[in-house]
Amino acid sequence: MSTVATTAEQVTPHEEVGVETHGQMWPVTGQIAISLFALGLGGFIGLFQAIERVNITLPPFGPFENYYQGLTFHGVLLAFVFTFGFANAFVSWTTIRGFDRPLYSTMLAQGAFWVLLTGTILGAIIMTMNEATVLFTFYAPMQAHSLFYLAAALLVVSTWLVLANIVLTYRAWRKENPTAAIPLMGFTSLTTYIMWGLASLGVAILVVGILLPWSLGLWDHTDPQLGRTLFWLSGHAIVYFWLLPVYISWYMFIPKQVGGRLYSDGLTRFAFILFLLFSIPTGLHHQYTDPGIHEGMKGFHLLLTFVIFYPSLITAFSIMAALEHGGRKAGGRGLFGWIMALPWNNPAVVAQLLAMLVFTLGGVTGLVNASMSVNLVVHNTAFIPGHFHLTVGTAVALSVLGICYWFVPYLTQRPLFATKLALWQAWMWAIGVLIFSRGQMSGGLDAQPRRTMLGEASYSLPGWEVANWLTAIGGIVMTVSGLLFFVVMIGTLLNKRAETAEEKAALQPLMPAPPIHDHRKSWKIFDRIGLWTLIAIILILIAYIPVFLLYLPAEFTSPGVRVW
Amino acid sequence: MKIDRYEKIFMLLGVGILAMGLIAIAISVLHYGLHVPSPDGRIAPGDVRATSPWDEPGVYETGDGEYEVIMLAETWRFVPDEVRVPAGSEVTFRMTSPDVVHGVLIEKTAVNVMIIPGQIATVTHTFDEPGEHLFVCHEYCGTGHHLMSGRVVVE
Repeated sequence: MSTVATTAEQVTPHEEVGVETHGQMWPVTGQIAISLFALGLGGFIGLFQAIERVNITLPPFGPFENYYQGLTFHGVLLAFVFTFGFANAFVSWTTIRGFDRPLYSTMLAQGAFWVLLTGTILGAIIMTMNEATVLFTFYAPMQAHSLFYLAAALLVVSTWLVLANIVLTYRAWRKENPTAAIPLMGFTSLTTYIMWGLASLGVAILVVGILLPWSLGLWDHTDPQLGRTLFWLSGHAIVYFWLLPVYISWYMFIPKQVGGRLYSDGLTRFAFILFLLFSIPTGLHHQYTDPGIHEGMKGFHLLLTFVIFYPSLITAFSIMAALEHGGRKAGGRGLFGWIMALPWNNPAVVAQLLAMLVFTLGGVTGLVNASMSVNLVVHNTAFIPGHFHLTVGTAVALSVLGICYWFVPYLTQRPLFATKLALWQAWMWAIGVLIFSRGQMSGGLDAQPRRTMLGEASYSLPGWEVANWLTAIGGIVMTVSGLLFFVVMIGTLLNKRAETAEEKAALQPLMPAPPIHDHRKSWKIFDRIGLWTLIAIILILIAYIPVFLLYLPAEFTSPGVRVW
Repeated sequence: MKIDRYEKIFMLLGVGILAMGLIAIAISVLHYGLHVPSPDGRIAPGDVRATSPWDEPGVYETGDGEYEVIMLAETWRFVPDEVRVPAGSEVTFRMTSPDVVHGVLIEKTAVNVMIIPGQIATVTHTFDEPGEHLFVCHEYCGTGHHLMSGRVVVE
C-alpha cells in the first residue's frame, strides 16, 4: 500500500495528509452534504408513506398534493441523489488515498459537485411543481416534464465526471509506477466506477436518446417495453453502484477499525472483478413478468444473476474473517467470544456491523426475487420494498451513516458529538427496518401490491392489517433513528475543534493495514483493468444483443400520458 | 497461485449453494411447468379499443372447461373486473393496455404479469377450488392506481 504519513501534526479539512489536494476536498465535503440532505428529506417523506398504511394521512402528505408525488420524491432523492452524492464523494477520497496522490483534475472534481447540485435542485423543483409524479423508475409512456429527464441526466453526468477523474488519476499513477501492483484501495475505487460507467449507458440512452426528445415534442410516441429493457440494463447494476462504495468501507476500513486485518488481497480483487463483469448482464431478472421478452433470455439472465451473488458470498467470508481476526486480537475467546470483543462502543463500527447483519437477510430475499419461478409470487408486491429497505435502505444507508461517524469528523476536523446517541441511532435503525420489512414482506406474500396508497385502496385482504401496522411502526422507529443521526451531525458541526491528543488522533485519515494474505505478486492478471473492462463489455453484448435482436423492430406507438 | 484452505472451502461451499438454487428453479420450470410470460404479439395502444378481441372485453368459453378472458387494463380499472368461472376451469387471460403500464397479480395463484402498452400479455391458470381471488394492479399507473382491482369468482 501507499506510504502515507499518518502521523502528521495537523490535518485541515481542505488538505490531505501528504497529498496536495488544493480545491479537491471541498467537492468531497460538498457532495457528502448534498447526499445527507437528500437522505434527510427523502427519508422524512418516507414516514408519510409508512403511516398512510394505517390511515394516518398528515394533510396532505407533508407538502405534497398526493401520495405518489411524495413517493417520487422519496425514490428519486434516496435512490439517485443520496447514493450518487455519497459515492462521488467517498470514492473520490478513496482514490486520493488509494493512489496516494491528488485527483488528476481539480476542474472535474469541482464540476461533479456543481453538476450534481444542479441536477438535484432542478429535479426537486420539477417534482415539487407536481410536473413529474412518475416515481423513480419513470416508466414511459407516463410523461414527465422535460426538465425532469434533464435533471436525471445531470445526476448521471456527475458520476461520469468522477469516473473520468478516477481513470485519469489511475493512468497518471500508472505512468509513474509502470510495474507496481495497483494499490488495493485504488483498485476497488476504479473497478466500482468503471462498472457503473458501463452500466449507466442503458439509462443514458433511454433518457437522452428517447425520453428527453419525446418530452420536448420531437416525436410523439415511444416504445414502453424497449424503454423498460434499457432502464433495467442499468437498473440492476445500479444497486451495485450503491453497494460497492460501502463494500470499499467494509473491505478497507472496517478491518482496521475492529483492530484486525483484511483476510486476502487476491480474494478482494477477485470479488471486485466479478462485480465489474457480472453486475450488468443480469437486468432481465427485474423483467421476468414482462410480456415482450422471451422466457429463454430471462433464464439466461437468471443464471448470470446467480453468478453475481457469488462475490457477495466471498465478501461475507472476507469480512467475517477480518472481524474475527480483530475480535480475537482484542481478547475474544471461543467460538463466538470474539463477537463480544468487537468495539461495540464505536458507532462508526456498530452501524456497519448491524448493516452487515441486516444485509444477510437482504441478500437471501434478493435471491428469492431473482429465482425466476418464485419471482411470480413476489414480483411487484410489497415484498420487493421489504427486500430493498434491507439492502439499499440499510446495508447501504446504515453503513453510510456509520461511515459518516468518522468521515464527517475527519472532513470537518471536529470530534463526533454525542457518541451514545449515535449508538442508539444505529440500533434503532436496524430494529426499525427489521419491523418495517417484516411488515412489507408478509403483506407482499399476501398479494399486497408495492408503491400503492394502501390506506385509501378500494380493496384489502386479511393479513394486511398486521402487515401495515408493522410497516408503520418500523417506519416510525427508522424516522426517529434518522432524526438522531442529524442531531449527531449538527452537533458535530457545532462541536469545538479537537483539543485533546485522543481527539486529534481520531481525526487522522483512516488508512488500511496490509492484508494477512497478500497474493499480489502471483495474481498479476487481476490488475489488467483494460482486459476486464473489455470482457465486461463482451458479456453485456452477449447478454443483451439477443434480447434486442429478438425484440426488434421497436414500435414507437405509445403516446405520452399524464396520469396525476 | 496460492489459495488459502479456508478460502477454498468457502468458495466451493458458495458454488454449491448457488448451484442447488439453480437446480431447484430448473425443476420448477421444466418439471412443474411454472413458466414466466413470453411474447404473444403486439398491438398499438391507440388501436386497442377498435381491434378484435379487445373491442369486446369479457369472459368467453372456448372449450370444455376452458375459458378465455379478454381483459383491458386502463386507468384506473380492469375491464372486466369480475370473472366468474366454474371450479376446475382452465382460464387464459389475454390482456393489454391502451394507456400506461399496468400489472396484474391474482391472489393465491402464480399469475403475475406486467401489462405494457404495445404488448399482449397472456397467462393461463387452472382454478381448481371454489372461492374468490382478488386481483390488483401492481404497477403505479397514476393517482387512481390504488382503486384498480377486480376478482375472480370460482363457483
